[in-house]
Amino acid sequence: MKALGIILAGGNSSRMQSLSDKRAIAAMPVGCSYRSVDFTLSNMTNSHIQTVAVLSQYNARSLNEHLNSSKWWNFGRKQGGLFLFTPTVTADNSWWYRGTADAMWQNIDFLKQRHEPYVVIASGDCVYKMDFNAVLEYHIQKQSNITVVCAKVPAYDDINRFGVVKMDSDGQITEFEEKPMMAHSNIVSTGIYVIRRRTLIELLEQCNKEGRYNFVTDILIRYKGMKKIYGYMMEGYWSNIASVESYYQTNMDFLKPEVRNYFFRTEPRIFSKAHDLAPAKFNSGSDVKNSLVASGCIINSHVQDSVLFKKVFVGNNCVIKNSIIMNGAYIGDNVYVENCIVESNETLLSNTSYVGKNGIKIVSENNNRYGV
Amino acid sequence: MIAMLLAGGQGSRLGVLTSEVAKPAVAFGGKYRIIDFPLSNCINSGIDTVGVLTQYQPLVLNSHIGIGIPWDLDRNNGGVSVLPPYEKSDNSEWYTGTANAIYQNLRYMENYDPEYILILSGDHIYKMDYEAMLDFHKQNDADVTIAAMPVPIEEASRFGVVVTDENKRITEFEEKPPEPKSNLASMGIYIFSWPILRQALISLKDQSNCDFGKHIIPYCDSEGMRIFAYEFNGYWKDVGTLGSYWEANMELIDLIPEFNLYEEFWKIYTQQDRIEPQYIAGTATVGRSIIGAGDEIRGEVTGSVLGSGVTVEEGAIVRDSIIMKDTYIGKGTYIEKSIVAENCKIGDNCKIGVGEYRESELNPKVYAFDLVTIGSDSVIPDGVEIGKNTAIHGVTEDSDYQNHKLESGGYIIKEGEEA
Repeated sequence: MKALGIILAGGNSSRMQSLSDKRAIAAMPVGCSYRSVDFTLSNMTNSHIQTVAVLSQYNARSLNEHLNSSKWWNFGRKQGGLFLFTPTVTADNSWWYRGTADAMWQNIDFLKQRHEPYVVIASGDCVYKMDFNAVLEYHIQKQSNITVVCAKVPAYDDINRFGVVKMDSDGQITEFEEKPMMAHSNIVSTGIYVIRRRTLIELLEQCNKEGRYNFVTDILIRYKGMKKIYGYMMEGYWSNIASVESYYQTNMDFLKPEVRNYFFRTEPRIFSKAHDLAPAKFNSGSDVKNSLVASGCIINSHVQDSVLFKKVFVGNNCVIKNSIIMNGAYIGDNVYVENCIVESNETLLSNTSYVGKNGIKIVSENNNRYGV
Repeated sequence: MIAMLLAGGQGSRLGVLTSEVAKPAVAFGGKYRIIDFPLSNCINSGIDTVGVLTQYQPLVLNSHIGIGIPWDLDRNNGGVSVLPPYEKSDNSEWYTGTANAIYQNLRYMENYDPEYILILSGDHIYKMDYEAMLDFHKQNDADVTIAAMPVPIEEASRFGVVVTDENKRITEFEEKPPEPKSNLASMGIYIFSWPILRQALISLKDQSNCDFGKHIIPYCDSEGMRIFAYEFNGYWKDVGTLGSYWEANMELIDLIPEFNLYEEFWKIYTQQDRIEPQYIAGTATVGRSIIGAGDEIRGEVTGSVLGSGVTVEEGAIVRDSIIMKDTYIGKGTYIEKSIVAENCKIGDNCKIGVGEYRESELNPKVYAFDLVTIGSDSVIPDGVEIGKNTAIHGVTEDSDYQNHKLESGGYIIKEGEEA
């Protein structure tokens, strides 16, 4: 593959409410067995990209822990590798990443030292499958300067949180509006770009000279007239998880057979760090309907239309409905949970009830598990 | 200390389950293979050099072990090495016995020149800290230490039994004695001081079918060496027969199993080819079971252990059975007390494990316990009925059955050897 990968995983969003208190969005657990960055990482390795840099900044502990070995995605190679770049203080720079372009600019030495002619830039907060070779081919064929991968926004999602794009019949982008109040189409940028490495270096250096730091507003939108910017429509499932509603819906989408087949039973596979958990165990009181259950779970009662992440324990006489229970949660006896997202490693005490009345409730109690 | 893991055995009493894989590679507990237990014990005990001796049907075993990544045994120095028999200029032979296999790999051990050698077999389910056993070996200034566990005295005659003095020094051996003098059974786990083992292997190199229990240990004893018994009181299960294999799987389903795989401490590692979650449909009923990753359950499953990637269709009922990975069970099929190996396809509306008791016509010693055993990659056509103590292996068609029926005790073996 003639490209290296950059994953922008630094961000936080107020739309995630308290869900991103604990971790960067790229480290959000998704689809029972994965973290959101796994989708982009797996797409890159499946497209034979050998060198990937992950740029992270906000609360990167979970992300670092997840990426502590590169072998799960096949990046532990002599040619290439997985690089994790967080902001560091250097002789001439002590800034945090001030924006996406600045994050890349601060690692410009890495970009300069590589030999791959192209760069695939992607975000770590989307759930999708994609062959980046196809985008690169399109990019070359159209003689594009920057190619933006676009998708139709899912019906449940709020279009106003995306960059809205309009293309002409050839695919060239004619309009690009970042987070508009009034959207003029339902095609949005997925935050995946293909660009020549040397063009990127030039643009980043220019941008920094002018004191500009954002890739979308300061490069894509500003250079729209000057550079040839093409849109590439993504086929198949795509969802951005960076809001509570879309995070909830994306996880619930895995209950649909077509989504499950697409991600779980169709090659190429999505990889993730191995956790060596025993298979899920169902004890005699268990009654599970239309739900996803990950490894390491132990279930003793009723679970319906829900998604249970790894190592969840559900005690006796509980009812869990329409909920997402993140990894490591412990649910005591006689607990009622409906329309909730239960935070990871959370302990729900016995004889309690949690119901999301108007929308989804995020349950984060920080109870002491061993005190009861 | 380095470990030598004997994984070449066929395990013929597991019938069609081992007609295409060696016994250590047989699936266990919904996710694991038997060899995962000694391999995980090694790395958890701090042993990072393991030679795995293979001989019988090594394909599945080799690809399972690979370069040892799941067990962190991919090392620059040491790590896991698969050691099959090889051709030599003078004498080329298969591994003819446990000690003969180790003898043929003398050079592998000499390369590392360890102080101690741990001999393991790949047939048992247990968690054990070999380092504690090594400490015991050193404390006693022993030449050989044999791990032994107390068993009910009436069962002791099935094992090699050791008799010890008050210091745990072994005074006497009895191989499968009719009237055992002790209830301490040898577990087939030995620690040797390397010079002692080397000398014993070389002295007995012409012994035919050279075996640890039968030849090496008696030799060491006759040479007056210090042989000690290390008593082990944890869970240890020999899964040598279909009955004990089925039972050991079923024990995992208990509310708090004696052998607990859900503890953080002493994890068991395995080559994990599936990481997806499982889907339990609205039409499904799942109780008292272990369900593997990536399964799709639309029918009823109780009292069973399912491997990864298994599909149970709507209306199917699976009871008290072991279903290994990637097997498909068709609509409306009823399965009871069966062991279905990997990658089988069971048709719609079958009845499996029903009917009256009858002894197996194929091999009553192997196919007992009322179990139905179906070998890997088998196909069962729609609408057939299969009785108890039966064995099936291969792609079967309706014409292989009489009136769509295989009576209890019958067998259809279309692939592999008749075992």
